[in-house]
Amino acid sequence: MEELTNVVDWSRAQFALTAIYHWLFVPLTLGLGIIIAVMETIYYRTKSEKWLATTKFWMTIFGVNFAIGVATGIILEFEFGTNWSNYSWFVGDIFGAPLAVEGILAFFMESTFIAVMFFGWKKVSPKFHLASTWLTAIGASLSALWILVANAWMQYPTGCEFNPATMRNEMTSFAAVALSPMAVSKFFHTVLSAWTLGGAFVCGVCGWMLLKKRNYDHCQRSLKVGAWVGLIGIVLTSATGDSSAVAVAKYQPMKLAAMEGLYKGDHEQSIVAFGILNPSKQAFDGQDPYLFNVSIPYGLSFLATHDYKAFVPGIEDIINGVSYDNEGNKINTISYSERMERGRRLQEMMAQYDQANRSCNKVATDSLKAAINADFKNFGYAYLDKPEEAIPNVPLTFYTFHFMVTVGGYLMLFMLLALFFVYRPNVLNKAKWARWWHILAIITVPLTYLCSASGWIVAEVGRQPWTIQDLMPNKVAISDLSAGYVQTTFWIFAVVFTALLIADIGIICKQISKKSQTDLETVND
Amino acid sequence: MTTYNLLQNYWWLIMSVLGALLVFLLMVQGGQSMLIHYTKPDKRALLINSMGRKWELTYTTLVTFGGAFFASFPLFYSTSFGGAYWLWMLILFSFVIQAISYEYRSKPGNIYGSRFYDTLLLINGIVGPVLLGVAVATMFFGAEFTVTKSNILNVQAATISQWGPRHGLEAIACWKCLLFGVMVFFLARTLASLYFINNIDDDEVNRSQHKLLLVNATAFVVLFLATVAVILTSPGVGYDDSGNAQWVPLKYLNNYLTMWWALIILLLGVVMVLLGIGKTLLKADYRGGIWPAGIGTVLVVLTLFWVVGYNNTAYLPSLLDVQSSLTLRNSSSSEFTLTVMSVVSILVPFVVAYIAYCWYKMDHKKLTSDELDNTDHKY
Repeated sequence: MEELTNVVDWSRAQFALTAIYHWLFVPLTLGLGIIIAVMETIYYRTKSEKWLATTKFWMTIFGVNFAIGVATGIILEFEFGTNWSNYSWFVGDIFGAPLAVEGILAFFMESTFIAVMFFGWKKVSPKFHLASTWLTAIGASLSALWILVANAWMQYPTGCEFNPATMRNEMTSFAAVALSPMAVSKFFHTVLSAWTLGGAFVCGVCGWMLLKKRNYDHCQRSLKVGAWVGLIGIVLTSATGDSSAVAVAKYQPMKLAAMEGLYKGDHEQSIVAFGILNPSKQAFDGQDPYLFNVSIPYGLSFLATHDYKAFVPGIEDIINGVSYDNEGNKINTISYSERMERGRRLQEMMAQYDQANRSCNKVATDSLKAAINADFKNFGYAYLDKPEEAIPNVPLTFYTFHFMVTVGGYLMLFMLLALFFVYRPNVLNKAKWARWWHILAIITVPLTYLCSASGWIVAEVGRQPWTIQDLMPNKVAISDLSAGYVQTTFWIFAVVFTALLIADIGIICKQISKKSQTDLETVND
Repeated sequence: MTTYNLLQNYWWLIMSVLGALLVFLLMVQGGQSMLIHYTKPDKRALLINSMGRKWELTYTTLVTFGGAFFASFPLFYSTSFGGAYWLWMLILFSFVIQAISYEYRSKPGNIYGSRFYDTLLLINGIVGPVLLGVAVATMFFGAEFTVTKSNILNVQAATISQWGPRHGLEAIACWKCLLFGVMVFFLARTLASLYFINNIDDDEVNRSQHKLLLVNATAFVVLFLATVAVILTSPGVGYDDSGNAQWVPLKYLNNYLTMWWALIILLLGVVMVLLGIGKTLLKADYRGGIWPAGIGTVLVVLTLFWVVGYNNTAYLPSLLDVQSSLTLRNSSSSEFTLTVMSVVSILVPFVVAYIAYCWYKMDHKKLTSDELDNTDHKY
């Protein structure tokens, strides 16, 4: 059992490592993709060589970042098979389809037109080149669409039924999978947050150049596009964050409770604006979950349900199966102990199904299949040793969620300020206090990256211990490997990706520095 | 044959096409393995920039091949990838280091210097084709695994696919698999030479590639004949309508004889590969050898996938428990999923068309040193 836990932990660590590295590069690809497409469109319309130079500068950064995103991405796809082989069989019928569509529709579009974008300036017409740049950006977003659909399905499995003959879930509606509320909100929330990161990155680089009193015109042009894309991104990210919260409240109430550190829920539930958790707090120990907190009345009820009176269950309520309607009447939900019991009964029925299937008893198999599917949402609970095992890491989920929201609010203000500078060029350049904005813009880049990573940590840590919500815990999803094997590849990945990240940062810094030294558009004091 | 069986066969055809295109596109890796023959920076730059405009297609085809396998035959994905862990991890590592090397090698600030990235390209150029060949060879010669789907009900040990303790290293040590891998490596180098001759307008590169073509093509032809002989004399796993599997002597030879059309296509493919190589070697000014050789390669690989999967053949025989062997029938996705994806696959010709158009637009003018001197973006 200890070995099993080790394999699970190392497999999770390896997936988390590769996913976090991958997500360092993907949002910049998505964000810069749109930004360079807009820039090239302006160049196409104005024929201004300055816009061409600006477009090419950001295109170089895009190319360097794209390559390492591709490198880290291939590992993620194949890791589903190498490290999560049980999972691959259990849901391959559903999860594989978006991945295949991604390959056929998105990856080929991206990889074909990116070559035209980089090498086709003198080989294709300007219009074809512009179309290629847009298709590269669209291809990147389409790639994100399909993998996010797959991820959303793991958070909210829908459009499928369990087939006990094959011991796996099988798709019954592609539309339900692709257009589930979780998939739609996840796609827009994620891609639009990448626009924000792209915009923040452009602002940060320009902030550095302006701090050095160089590249004024280039920065002016870059900020014009970057700040707008960033502002549109953060406004829409906030809006889609709202729909994400509603979906989480409905389909993953335990995650929502962990995000808020809420152990006992209530009607008219307030939301924590800022707080410090009690580190010794455990479920059902009666301790106050917070050492300190500042709350907004009714906030969580409204965020989760758009009804400020609604009851929002806490961790203990969910485990006990307690919920109430707006009139205060108790709603019968199932406790986790009951779900564990039902999960075990399901396993017994599956074993009976196997016997009936071998003896070709169709009447028995049909009735057992119907009974299994009627209660299948409890299947994964059979693998839990105790109800508390289904509680995610509350402090990590809580703090990353609040960090994400706080930085998101800050980014909204930052982008507005950036636009103010864009349209007040004299202030941007000459006001002494503008220097503080330049520094702020530089600091904003790592903040935005942390914000983006925090969003993923909330999404993924908040649904633990499930690989597939309610159906398959991590310990059942893994491959038959020894912990030492996975540990070895973990460290190899850690070293290789870190070395590549260092090179990536080195090249990007050099490109920025080179631009700063060679571009003669210095500030005219 | 039921609709479900037809869909399974259709998706094996798609996998065959993707696999065949991937083998053809491994010419990029073959080209990378030739960097060792060039010391002059300008000639290395020509080679790298010629391949660098194609590497993403190979990469994307590999990723799509994996994704399509996951979607259409998830039990293979779960069994082979999770089982032959080291084999697939080595393949993946070799492709990870390739992905950044083109973009980083000539950029200032790349920390490790261009030689470092060229070495990474060289490693991928050798390891990639050899190990991918080894992985494909396990489909013919089998692997050490068992599949017990009911394991999922075992709370303490729920893994359904279990592999031998060496987790893929045994395949690398198997001489038949290694023979297959080395054959793929020399095929990749042969195709790379034909591609360089077609794509690069430089006399010195052209001359050196003709010499390399002679050596690599000779090695490839010898290894190909040996590999085909081993495959045709090897047993395979066949299964009946109820799914019972058993080892069958000369299974792949019988499949070629039963599916005579596959044999004709195999022979046609071989002739086209030889035509592409022979004409390039014999006519100094002939540069189009990559086309017949490339098409021939695709045809040959297609038939290899067909004989390993069609005609009631297990495409991944189990050396530990023959009933665990993977077949098109016991490892595929459901009929519904295969139908949905078949609708999506209608778009494949459109995708192929725009790739061909872009490739034509980018390559109709051959690569020269002058172009590299006057371009903003080069590797």
